[in-house]
Amino acid sequence: MSEFKQTFNSSLGKKLIMALTGLFLCTFLIVHLGGNLLLFKNDDGFGFNLYANFLTHFPPIEVVAYLLYLCIIVHSLYALILTVKNRRARPVGYAVVNKAPATWQSKNMGLLGTVLLLFIVIHMGDFWYKYKFTNTVAFKEYRTDLATNTTTSSAYTPASPDFEHSVSTENNVEIVRVKDLHARVVESFSCLWYVILYVVAMVAVSFHLLHGFQSAFRTLGWVHRKYTPIVEFVGTWLFAVIIPVGFAAMPLVYYFTNH
Amino acid sequence: MNLTLKVWRQKNAQTAGKFVTYKAEGISPDMSFLEMLDVVNESLIHKKDEPIHFDHDCREGICGMCSLYINGHPHGPKKAITTCQLHMRTYHDGETITIEPWRATAFPVIKDLAVDRSAFDRIQQAGGYVSVNTGGVPDANEIAIPKVIADEAFNSATCIGCGACVAACKNASAMLFVSAKVTQLGLLPQGQPERYSRVQAMVAQMDEEGFGNCTNTRACEAECPKEISLTNIGRMNNDYFSAKLFREEHVHEHNE
Repeated sequence: MSEFKQTFNSSLGKKLIMALTGLFLCTFLIVHLGGNLLLFKNDDGFGFNLYANFLTHFPPIEVVAYLLYLCIIVHSLYALILTVKNRRARPVGYAVVNKAPATWQSKNMGLLGTVLLLFIVIHMGDFWYKYKFTNTVAFKEYRTDLATNTTTSSAYTPASPDFEHSVSTENNVEIVRVKDLHARVVESFSCLWYVILYVVAMVAVSFHLLHGFQSAFRTLGWVHRKYTPIVEFVGTWLFAVIIPVGFAAMPLVYYFTNH
Repeated sequence: MNLTLKVWRQKNAQTAGKFVTYKAEGISPDMSFLEMLDVVNESLIHKKDEPIHFDHDCREGICGMCSLYINGHPHGPKKAITTCQLHMRTYHDGETITIEPWRATAFPVIKDLAVDRSAFDRIQQAGGYVSVNTGGVPDANEIAIPKVIADEAFNSATCIGCGACVAACKNASAMLFVSAKVTQLGLLPQGQPERYSRVQAMVAQMDEEGFGNCTNTRACEAECPKEISLTNIGRMNNDYFSAKLFREEHVHEHNE
């Protein structure tokens, strides 16, 4: 074990931990965006609420979710440790700031990361925590007529406070009762400062990953004349453009269609 | 031409330093930056002042001895040159030039603008060598090396160990230097026997010296007088993780 301890305590080992946790968080963003595209479906939140229910009740996903939260904590913690070490490596600063042509985002990963951590805390407090640990999220009942395939929705008040989810069929009608997270989304995204917070956070994601994704591959030592351009392309277009724009579109679309 | 210099003056590593302003008068645009400092020092000596202490040796850009962080750039504003190759025609008459030493915990100031870069020597001694067999002289072309590999190794080997990478890095990281020294030998057949012990020993020494950690900002390769590329850091990381995570032969070294 001492061998591994020594490896992960070295400068490169700490960077390896940053890179691996960072890349894991990147893969999560793809899944998160894919699922949340259901918000754009005009079905009064039926698909989205079912998806939210699936994520919180399917055990393997629960395990991965807690691994993800751990990664967020480890990534932040190691960023802090490395930053403190880096500051100590230059106790007396320069009078003239270095003018090398390094990108702004590469020099401000800590700032961008702090914005993101604050955002994650607010975001998870508002949806994940309220959904899982409080009774503040209301329920909804979806009745789908299987013959005509039309769905109607109505509010539902469960008899027992422990009620989570039910699927039943009466004649031709399938009745699905789930927590209405969609209503929470609508409520949050009708608030202007909340929409602004989301858009600012997505700008931070964009710049953080514009540098972070390709930097993680460099840290892993996966530098290759054939593959590095592909990594840089994916980091730029998928992680710094498509994903943040997709996420930022959600609060914007909800805010402007409801006003 | 006449210039105003703001120079960092510091008696030794123990005392705090400060900026002192000097006039550099009657400077020829054809002088090198170091010759300009020689002129200023001559006037200081005439005034019975302590001359400005700065490092220099070959004055032709190959020894890596000169340093100086000039107006926010190690070795001045021009690309791919050392301070001794920087000429005063780069500046215009009346300009103010701020001159600072390299700033890093691992490079303590000896006096004024000269810093102690022996941390680099200790990293080199930790593993920057190849073993050579005694006996008859081997034929020069006995081991075939592809041209591209030889060129890449040579590019890494052009590192003169000046420390501009550390000076430019916002984290004062020495990874460009260490990776160049690891790569120049790791790419060649002669460097294979120690390849994986070398990278471990040199990284361990680098950490011990108190350098910072690379965040891939690329400031180092932009400021390097020998244009050492960031690819070297990728190669070093690859060799290091390969050695630490997948190889067994060096485990005994840590179980003493």
